[in-house]
Amino acid sequence: MTLTTAPNLPDPDGVYAALIDAHEGLTKAESDALNARLILVLANHIGDLDVLRAALEVARGDGTP
Amino acid sequence: MTAPMRPRYELAERLYPYARSPDQDQAEPARHPVVVVGAGPVGLATALDLALRGQRVVVLDDHEGVGQGSRAICFSKRSLEIAHRLGCGEAMHAKGVVWQRGRVFRDRDEIYAFDLQPEGGHRFPPFVNLQQPYVERFLVERIAAVRAEGAEVEIRGANRVDDLAQAADGVTLDITTPDGPYRLRADYVVACDGARSPIRERMGLTFEGRVFEDNFLIADVRMTADFPTERWFWFEPWFKSGASALLHKQPDDIWRIDFQLGWDIDREAELRPAAVRARVDAMLGPDVDYALDWTSIYTFQCRRMARFRHGRVLFAGDSAHQVSPFGARGANSGLQDAENLAWKLDLVLRGVAGETLLDSYDTERGAAADENILNSTRSTDFLTPKSEASRLFRDAVLDLAEGHAFARPLVNSGRLSVPAVYDDAPLVGPDALPGGPAASRPGAPCPDAPLGQGFLLDRLGGGFALLALNCTPPSVDGPEGVPFERIGLTCERDDPLARRYLGDAARAVYLLRPDQHVAARWGDPTPAGIGRALRHALGTTA
Repeated sequence: MTLTTAPNLPDPDGVYAALIDAHEGLTKAESDALNARLILVLANHIGDLDVLRAALEVARGDGTP
Repeated sequence: MTAPMRPRYELAERLYPYARSPDQDQAEPARHPVVVVGAGPVGLATALDLALRGQRVVVLDDHEGVGQGSRAICFSKRSLEIAHRLGCGEAMHAKGVVWQRGRVFRDRDEIYAFDLQPEGGHRFPPFVNLQQPYVERFLVERIAAVRAEGAEVEIRGANRVDDLAQAADGVTLDITTPDGPYRLRADYVVACDGARSPIRERMGLTFEGRVFEDNFLIADVRMTADFPTERWFWFEPWFKSGASALLHKQPDDIWRIDFQLGWDIDREAELRPAAVRARVDAMLGPDVDYALDWTSIYTFQCRRMARFRHGRVLFAGDSAHQVSPFGARGANSGLQDAENLAWKLDLVLRGVAGETLLDSYDTERGAAADENILNSTRSTDFLTPKSEASRLFRDAVLDLAEGHAFARPLVNSGRLSVPAVYDDAPLVGPDALPGGPAASRPGAPCPDAPLGQGFLLDRLGGGFALLALNCTPPSVDGPEGVPFERIGLTCERDDPLARRYLGDAARAVYLLRPDQHVAARWGDPTPAGIGRALRHALGTTA
């Protein structure tokens, strides 16, 4: 399996809204915790360390923090 | 110049009192094939293994017996198998507390449980809990027994090595005793002198790695309690005695309790009985009657020497590598060092193998140390998150684990010791058994299996073995001077032996090393191929 970086969301605006809505009314700490749990759920769904590593590369961008 | 003999710690038991050796009256240093420095579990196992192979061994220890405290308490199946080959596995099994289940709690809630023995048909359980002093005593008693039968092995208590000098043909040791100094010459020295190894210091060798910024309090508590014999671990326990806590049963109604204290602590204050009791009381409740048997505070450290072999000096156990304890990877890996080294040193001393075989000790056990350090470091990062993000993910795992099975394997309260597989090691030969099980691939320790009234591992002697399953063992002999035997066995499809060694294959031939690791395996070997694999396993080229 390789990481999909081509557009893959049938309803991009709906996905974006779902992410933002989930954080509605949360404190910064609660949001951070939610994001961490979400990442773990998605990592398990992907189930492939190489894909996860490729995703981390993309997320890190050009290497600047 | 030399410091007077003064014990560094109080003894629990005087197992090998000082006795003057005739070597101390020689004009020239007496010469011994092997001198082992340090009479802990690793030094004693190394000496015993070598003695059983017919080598003359002297063990030097700066004390006269075992120190206080339980220290290493979790001994793995592989350690019991090694001890069984050496003749004290049954004693350890009989005295030890057998356990295989673990439970992990957060606050009051159980979030994860594991069972380490998925299949039967092994002589030994996955783990026994047994105080290190018992292990040392059993090894010392076994050494005394084989010595009475003629083996040339002796333990010299209150013999402190103050210096050593290495030349091309041997090592000279400067030793201090209550009767003053003397010298010994050794063909090889095995340094099993612990994490603070004075030999390593004396040789100016580095011990690189990480110290984790946390302190753990051990309280060994004597009480009669009916907790199940399981490993119980708490993250953020409801009783607030530490950031985490561990409860584990030992023999003699002793319970090991560990509390995670944090980094900035006053060690002396924390070790006061009243302070320790306050933490234990909070955990056990006010009505439990107990006595404090032993307490200690330690930090987590993961370090290793760059190389475990320095010419004629070989390092084994904690002197070579140190890991944090929540995984039982210290003493267990040290015993695997001992068994890896003993047969190699024996064959080198017999002149049938050379440098390559000794170097393979460093390669194989170095890789094992890296694996242990990796596991230990990951566990420690989970227990002691090193950054805000690290804590965020740790807490997210714990939040999810109670309700979601997928998160439970991520909970890391220590990954328990499993024996190293010497994958890709230079001495490992071909894997030419299509359909063969992964667990018995070349480099792996032989899985045990029931055999008649006993077990497969009992059937293996201390040498190389050619094990033929459902076929005639090819008629091949070992090189001159190398212990070698051929074993033919038959098994039915569903026997544990077939499941563990044949897999989908109808027959198989295994070449097994003296340390019960698989060297090579075939479906249809040729005598020439077996000969090559055997020479390869001995480190002799061509």
